[in-house]
Amino acid sequence: MKRFAVIALFALALGGLVWAQGTLSINAAGATFPFPIYSKWFDVYHKSHQGIEINYQSIGSGGGIKQVTEGTVDFGASDGPMNDDQIKVFTQKHGFGILHFPTVLGAAVPAYNIPGVTATLNFTPAALAGIYLGKITKWNDPAIANENKGVNLPATDIIVVHRADGSGTTYCWTDYLSKVSQEWKTKVGKGTSVNWPVGLGGQGNEGVMGVIKGQPNAVGYVELIYAIQTNTPYGNVQNSSGVFVKASLAGVSAAAAGAAKNMPDDFRVSITDAPGKDVYPISTFTWLLIPEKISDPAKRAAITGFLKWMIKDGQQYCEALAYAKLPQEVAAKELKAINKVQ
Amino acid sequence: MSGRLRWRKFVSGFMLAMTGVCALITVSVLFFVLGDLVLHGGASINWNFFTKLPTPVGEAGGGMANAIVGSAKLLGLASLIGVPIGFFGGVYLAEFSGSTAAFVVRYAADLLNGVPSIVIGIFAYALLVLPFKHFSTIAGSFALGLMMIPITLRSTEQFLNGVPRALREGSMALGASKWKTIQAVVIPAAYRGILTAILLAFARVAGETAPLLFTALGNRYWSHGWNEPTASLPVVIYTYALSPYEDWHRQAWAAGLVLLGLILIINIVARAILSRGISVPRP
Amino acid sequence: MTPSAGPLAGSRSFLSRLRQGDEIAHLITFLFAASVVLVTVLLVFVLWQESVLPRHKFGFDFFFTRVWDPISEEFGALPFIYGTVVTTVVSLLLAVPLGLGAAIFLAELAPQRISDTLQFFIDLLAAVPSVIYGLLGIFVVVPLMRTVIEPALKNTLGFLPLFQGPAYGIGFLTAGVVLAIMIVPYIISVSREILLAVPREQREAALALGATRWESTWKVVIPFARTGIMGSIFLAMARALGETMAVAMVIGNTPTISASLFSPGYSIAAVIANEFREATGDLYLQALVELGLVLFLLTFILNGIARLLIVATTQKGSRTAQA
Repeated sequence: MKRFAVIALFALALGGLVWAQGTLSINAAGATFPFPIYSKWFDVYHKSHQGIEINYQSIGSGGGIKQVTEGTVDFGASDGPMNDDQIKVFTQKHGFGILHFPTVLGAAVPAYNIPGVTATLNFTPAALAGIYLGKITKWNDPAIANENKGVNLPATDIIVVHRADGSGTTYCWTDYLSKVSQEWKTKVGKGTSVNWPVGLGGQGNEGVMGVIKGQPNAVGYVELIYAIQTNTPYGNVQNSSGVFVKASLAGVSAAAAGAAKNMPDDFRVSITDAPGKDVYPISTFTWLLIPEKISDPAKRAAITGFLKWMIKDGQQYCEALAYAKLPQEVAAKELKAINKVQ
Repeated sequence: MSGRLRWRKFVSGFMLAMTGVCALITVSVLFFVLGDLVLHGGASINWNFFTKLPTPVGEAGGGMANAIVGSAKLLGLASLIGVPIGFFGGVYLAEFSGSTAAFVVRYAADLLNGVPSIVIGIFAYALLVLPFKHFSTIAGSFALGLMMIPITLRSTEQFLNGVPRALREGSMALGASKWKTIQAVVIPAAYRGILTAILLAFARVAGETAPLLFTALGNRYWSHGWNEPTASLPVVIYTYALSPYEDWHRQAWAAGLVLLGLILIINIVARAILSRGISVPRP
Repeated sequence: MTPSAGPLAGSRSFLSRLRQGDEIAHLITFLFAASVVLVTVLLVFVLWQESVLPRHKFGFDFFFTRVWDPISEEFGALPFIYGTVVTTVVSLLLAVPLGLGAAIFLAELAPQRISDTLQFFIDLLAAVPSVIYGLLGIFVVVPLMRTVIEPALKNTLGFLPLFQGPAYGIGFLTAGVVLAIMIVPYIISVSREILLAVPREQREAALALGATRWESTWKVVIPFARTGIMGSIFLAMARALGETMAVAMVIGNTPTISASLFSPGYSIAAVIANEFREATGDLYLQALVELGLVLFLLTFILNGIARLLIVATTQKGSRTAQA
């Protein structure tokens, strides 16, 4: 018995050691918003670069920012850019800064599950703000019904769903609401985690979508692809020009057009509620958070290699998953910025 | 028979029948749980499930091979941490300690036993993830191992104490030292009970999810060695159950069935060993 | 217990070698045992240390503040304490009658073999992991609550503030129901042991005086075992408090304090599980650790009380039997 145990132990240790050679494992964590495209990218990249495994854990943008700051992951991902305080904390902790690299553009859509309603609803900014402030409580409230004449909205209670975890999608949504509703701005504000007036919490885009699908009369905000992949109806949002726009690649790209021309060097921009009649107003970039210095040369090569691949080849996978490609100007600027990673 | 007596007898029969119903309801929950898992998960247990890695979101055909191996690694290392500490600690309590030391150690073990598993996760994160700057199998195993210690310790002490004094004294009379007695006579006599306790401790932590959330994190690929984050069955069940994808839901049910099946089998085997239903080779 | 006199007394080197074996064994096992104490002390220390910021900033107000706002860095534990307490109370209200009833059946009525077999199944039920209960919770219990049970409660008892508001299916009541299933085995196991320990003479005396079986159980045996049964309830309470996964999956993840059981809420363990990995900012993270500390203290106290009550009853039983 003892002999067996000793041999087993030895074999385990040896196996563990042997197995550890040969592949480069990179750990990343963060946003659930782009998880569908990231999981596709890392999978394709691994197939073409057999020795490199990028293990991305979709734990929410808040988690991405936190864990990359703690240094427990090699890079993070977030759709809410790190604010100055968070960047300061990172720099103080590590002695060097952190860089934002936009990857794709996406849209946060109001997805709903109203029994008997399959039509695409129109939502005004006031309606969305009112729903999330808890002021509009029934589906047949005039604020919603007036824009949706011809749809038989029930007199049922609206079940609001939001994120329970720290989320860039929340950042995008609350950023938009803060721009279109003064009451929201003062009462709640914008951030990856806010003090929600009403609603159920779901974990990640996945969790919110799960709650919406399971809960009749629910509405929640998710990234476009989650609504599409689960065949969930999502509404049109009225943009700043008064047009009701359905989230689409064109609408999201239009939202980014203005920002693309004046992209700051650190790539941190908000493109919610952008001007223009084709614009989908709740659009956002999503970023990879890469430390300025990566000490392990193999990891540095792998990560910068991935970034280059992502900008040049990876973009072709975006549209099939309902994310918009990076604007040309942004992509070009980013390629140059990769050299900043030492 | 007076009316009052008839009523009292009726009440008695009724209430006692009700208690039988309570027992029936409770036991039937177990079969309901198993039945549901088989119903929803049985169909999804296929070759892919056991051999494939997860596929990108929305694509079908993925599996849980890495989660199964990850759980095996986590539990194996956790046992290596928790069982020796619990076992030798139990030996100390039963054979060597004075009453104050015994009280302190027992108290600490009971305290550790009562700590909610999420708090153990916080502890392991602070100790093994933050300072070393990565999530790892080791951190996860440490958390699980901690949870195995109290059960192993108390049971080892209990079963060693249950060995009759006559056996010990006989061994001593033949000239064996105390340690030799313990090693060659007492422990083998208590072997069944201790093994049962180890199996039960193992089964207990096999299903733990909360402590793994911030120690082993998760991995979409194979976890190499012991220093990397790893997928595990309970965490994958949790993640997939909360997702909106039908395919992931089915996989979660299948994983639940595999996990529960494993835990129940270990429990049944453990109890059978104790009641001498199974013969166990002596060490 | 090493021989100091007798046939081996003369061979000193042999003796000292023997003794050394014992001393080494003593030392090694002591070190292992000490490591248990060490790790437990370290755990408490780490919890205390890593919650220093919110303890200094909020003090005792932490327990009475309703707000949990990571942006303004205002953290209050009240919604989580409320959720933890409410779900635990609901679970006990459901589990105690069920568990006690089953324990009475197993201890008083069922023949030995059936009692042992049923206990075996109940022990298996206790082994089912939390995440599996959560899985069943989401896909089976939640729809059931939302479509059948909560509307039924609303229609019959809707005048009570407890059963008002929309029927989400997710919320305090559902979490309480799932918890109840999880803690029933503990109530049954311990109560059964306690009831079996009540001396036969008590029952026989009652029956001799003309009591029915039920009256003997309810009016004599149970009061005798009262303290121990209380102990099992405290034990179950401690388990319910610490349950994380099943609750996190069905409670709704909203820090709300509401009189309605249909309302979504949050528990201490669930908020730690959801927010720990992403708590940016030291105050936020340490507020979560402080919640963990609170949970730890609660379970510690409850477990302590439970143990005292159970030991007291079993000793009472054996003392009375000897009398």
